[in-house]
Amino acid sequence: MQRKSVVTALAVIAATVTVLIAPLSPAPAAEEPVLNLYSSRHYQTDESLYEDFTKATGIEIRRIEGKGDELMRRILAEGGNSPADVFITVDAGNLWRAEQAGLFAPVESALLEERIPSNLRHPDGLWFGFSTRARMIFYDPRRIDAGALERYADLADSRWRGEVCIRSSGNIYNLSLLGALIAHDGVGQAETWASGVVANFARQPQGGDTDQLRAVAAGECGIALANSYYFARLMNSADEADQAVVARLGWVFPDQGGQGTHVNISGAGVLETAPHPEAARRFLEYLASDRAQTLFALGNNEYPAAAAPIENPALQTMGPFEMDSLNVSRFGEHQAEAQQVFDRAGWR
Amino acid sequence: MAGTRISPLVVAAVAAAALVAVPVITVAAHLFLPGDGAWSHIASTVLPDYVRNSLLLVIGTGVGVLLLGVPGAWLVATCEFPGRRLFEWALVLPLAVPAYVIAYVYTDFLQVAGPVQTGLRELTGWSARDYWFPPIRSLGGAIAMLSLVLYPYVYLLSRAAFIQQSRSLLEASRSLGCTPWQSFRRVALPMARPALVAGTMLALMETLADFGTVSYFGIPVFTTGIYRAWFSLGDGVAAAKLSAMLLAFVLILLTAERWNRGAMRFHQRGDGDNSRTHVLTGWRAVGATTTCALPFVFGFALPALLLLLMAVDAGDSAFGPRYLTLVGNTLLLAGITALAAAVIALLIAYGNRLSQTPTMRIAHRVAGLGYAIPGSIIAVGVLIPLTALDGALADWLTAQFGRPPGLILTGGLIGLVYAYLARFLVMPLNAFDAGLARITPSMDAASRSLGETAVGTLRRVHVPMLKGSLLTGVLLVFVEVMKELPATMILRPFDFDTLAVQAHNLAADERLSEAATAALAIVAAGLAPVLLLSRQIGRRPAASAAPRGRVRLSSP
Repeated sequence: MQRKSVVTALAVIAATVTVLIAPLSPAPAAEEPVLNLYSSRHYQTDESLYEDFTKATGIEIRRIEGKGDELMRRILAEGGNSPADVFITVDAGNLWRAEQAGLFAPVESALLEERIPSNLRHPDGLWFGFSTRARMIFYDPRRIDAGALERYADLADSRWRGEVCIRSSGNIYNLSLLGALIAHDGVGQAETWASGVVANFARQPQGGDTDQLRAVAAGECGIALANSYYFARLMNSADEADQAVVARLGWVFPDQGGQGTHVNISGAGVLETAPHPEAARRFLEYLASDRAQTLFALGNNEYPAAAAPIENPALQTMGPFEMDSLNVSRFGEHQAEAQQVFDRAGWR
Repeated sequence: MAGTRISPLVVAAVAAAALVAVPVITVAAHLFLPGDGAWSHIASTVLPDYVRNSLLLVIGTGVGVLLLGVPGAWLVATCEFPGRRLFEWALVLPLAVPAYVIAYVYTDFLQVAGPVQTGLRELTGWSARDYWFPPIRSLGGAIAMLSLVLYPYVYLLSRAAFIQQSRSLLEASRSLGCTPWQSFRRVALPMARPALVAGTMLALMETLADFGTVSYFGIPVFTTGIYRAWFSLGDGVAAAKLSAMLLAFVLILLTAERWNRGAMRFHQRGDGDNSRTHVLTGWRAVGATTTCALPFVFGFALPALLLLLMAVDAGDSAFGPRYLTLVGNTLLLAGITALAAAVIALLIAYGNRLSQTPTMRIAHRVAGLGYAIPGSIIAVGVLIPLTALDGALADWLTAQFGRPPGLILTGGLIGLVYAYLARFLVMPLNAFDAGLARITPSMDAASRSLGETAVGTLRRVHVPMLKGSLLTGVLLVFVEVMKELPATMILRPFDFDTLAVQAHNLAADERLSEAATAALAIVAAGLAPVLLLSRQIGRRPAASAAPRGRVRLSSP
C-alpha cells in the first residue's frame, strides 16, 4: 500500500512537471524559410528593417538580442546544433573574438565586396561592417579655444591637466582606440599616451559616453572622448536638457589631415554552423543595399558603411570627415595588449 | 520510516536536489580543467580589490538593512503612531524594485549633470569644480542602493518575530523596571535574533550575487570579476576559481550564523494579544513616523516618482501592445517557475524530513547553493550540460525520425526555468523547512498509527498545515524571477523578451528615460505579490490555526 501511494505521488509530481514544461518547448523546426539572428543591436528601427527583408524575400526573421560576449558564449555552447545563422555585433573587437573562436564561415559575394569598403570588412569575408561610428573629441568652448585640440595625441598633452573625462579602460571603444594606436605607433608610444591621458583625468573613469558629454556641459571637465552617435542622439533629441548640453559642446573629428579619425563598426557574419546559409547570405546582401544601409545606420545615428545617402540631420550638421584607413580587424589583434597597457598606466 | 528500506520518495528527493545543483556543480567542476593563464593575471592585479570591495559591500549592506529594517518593524509591530497602518505594508514595497533600477534612477538624479547638482549650482552660482558632492557611482552608493531595496527582508522577518513575541514577557520586563527602550534592547531584540539574522542573510546573499548595480557603478567585486573572467577573458577556470571563492564567502557567512546561534533555541508562543503596548504622542510620534517614512520614501516613493516623471516626459516609444506581450512573458516565467519551485522544494524538504541520511542532508544543502551565484554564471552552468544533452537528443531523434528536431531543451523556456530553479530554490526550501519544523514528530506518528501512509500524511496532515509556508515560498520566487535579468538575457528563446530585458536594453544603450517605462512596469507588476507576501508573513498567530509562513534561513 505504501509503495503504491509513493509511486502515485511520484507519478503526480512527474505529471505536474511535464505539464509545466510541455508548453515551454520550442515549436518543431519549421519547414518555412526562416533566418535566425543573434544580435547585440536592439534598436526599434531594426525591426522595420527586418520586416522589410521579410516582405522582400518571404524569409521570416527570428531573433535573440543580448550582449555580444554572452551571445557568443551561447553559440559556442550550442555547438553544431546552434540555430544561429547570423551574428550581428557592435565593435570590430567583438567580431575579431568571434572570428578567433572559429564561429564564422566565409561569405563570397561580389555585391558585398563592391559595396563595403575593404577596411571595414574581413579580408576573407568572415564578417562585414554595415555602419560606422567615429570616436570624437568634445570640449567646453568656454574653457578651451577652438583648434587647440586636433589629434588624439593632444589628449595626453600636459596643458590639459585635470580636464579629461573618459569612461573606463575595460570599455571596448577605448580598447579598440588604443588597439589602433598600438597598430599605428607601437606599444611604447601607446603606453606613453595612455599614461599622459591618465595624468590629465578630471575624475576617475565612470559612466557611459553620454555621461562624459553631460559632465563637460556641467563644467566638471573640459574635454571628453565619446562616440559620434551619442552626440548625434542628443542633437536629434526633443528634450530641452539635451539641447542645452549640445549648445555647450564643441566637437572635433581628430587627426584630420593625418591618419584620419578612428572609426569602429557594427558588423555581421554568417556562422559556420548556420542551418540556413543561403538565407544568411541574402540577408547580408540586403543589409548592404541603399535602403537597408540608411535604416541600419539611422537606428543608432551611425554612418552607413556603403556609399548610401545619410538621412540624419545631426550627422549632416556634423559634416563629412576623413576616417582612419586602418583595417578594423587590427583593433582586435591588439585588444589584449591594449588592456594590459591600460592596466599598467593605471587607467581604471 | 527511517527503516532499512529506503523510501522511493527520498530517492526522488535526492535526485531532484542533485538535478537542481547541476549548474552550480558544472561551474565548480571547471576548477579541475586546465586554465588559459588568466588566473595569475587576476590574482596579481585585481583579486585584492575583489576581496576588499566584496567584504566592504557585505558589511555595509548588512548594517544598512538592519538599520533600515528593524526600527520600522519594531515600531509597526508594537507601537501606535500616525501612519502606522500605512507603513505596515508600505515598508515592504521596495522589494518590488530591482536593485539595478534604483541604481539607474538615483544615478540620473544625483550625478553631476542631474537635477539635484544642477539645481545646487544654479542656486549658489558655483561651478562643478567648486564643491564636493558624494559620488553616487561608488562603493558607498552601491551599499545605499542595495540596502534600500533589500531591507524589506529584514523588515518582514523581524516584524513577524516581534508580532509573535509573547506580550506578557515584554510586560514582565517592564514591570521589573525596564524602560520601553531597555525592554526592546534587552528582551525583544535578543528574542528576535534568528529572524534578524535570517533576513540579513537573505539580503547579503543577494548582495553577493548582485551584478546589475555593481557593474553599473563600475565597482570591482567578485560578481563583476567572474563575469569579466568568463565573458571577456574567456577563461572558465579563472571564473570557477572566483566562484569557488564566492561560495566559500557564503559558507563562512552561514557558518558564522550557526556558530552565533550556537545551542540556543528560541521557543515562544504568541499570545495573540493585538493591543499595542506603546501609544506614541508628541515628538515621539513624529520620530516614529519619520523613522518609518525614510526607508519607504527613499526605497520606493522617490524612485517610483522619478521613474513616473521620466516615463511621462519621454518614455519608451515602443509602449503599446508590445508591453502586453512583455508583461505576459514576465508573468508566465514567474508563474511557471514559482509553481515548479514549490513542487520540487516540497519534495526535497519532505525527503529531508523523512530521511536523516548524510546523502539526503548534503543533497538538501547543495540544492540551495545557487542563490549566491550570479545569474549569468548559473546561465553558463545551465548551458553547458543542457546543450550537450540537446546534442545527444538531436542525434538520437535524427537517427530515429530522419530530421533534426532543433534544440529542445535550450531552444525553449526549459533552460531558463532550470536556471531560475537553480538560483532561487533555496527560498521555498527554507520556507518549507521552517514550516515542516513546526509539525512535531508526534503528529506524524499519530497519523501513521491511524493507518495513513507517508504520502497520505503529507497530503492530509502536512500540506494543510504548510499552506502558509507554501504561499510564502511561491511568492518569494515569483517576485525574484520578475526582477531577474542576467540569466534571462542569456537563455531566453527567439523573439521572447521580458520587462527586465526591455528596461535593460534601453538603459544599457544610455537611454534611461526610455527605459523608465519598462522599469516602472516591473515595479507595478511586483506590487501585488509583494503586498500579498507582506500579509502572509505578517499574519498574526491568533488569526488562523495554520502555522505562519515564516522564512528561516538555516543552512542550505
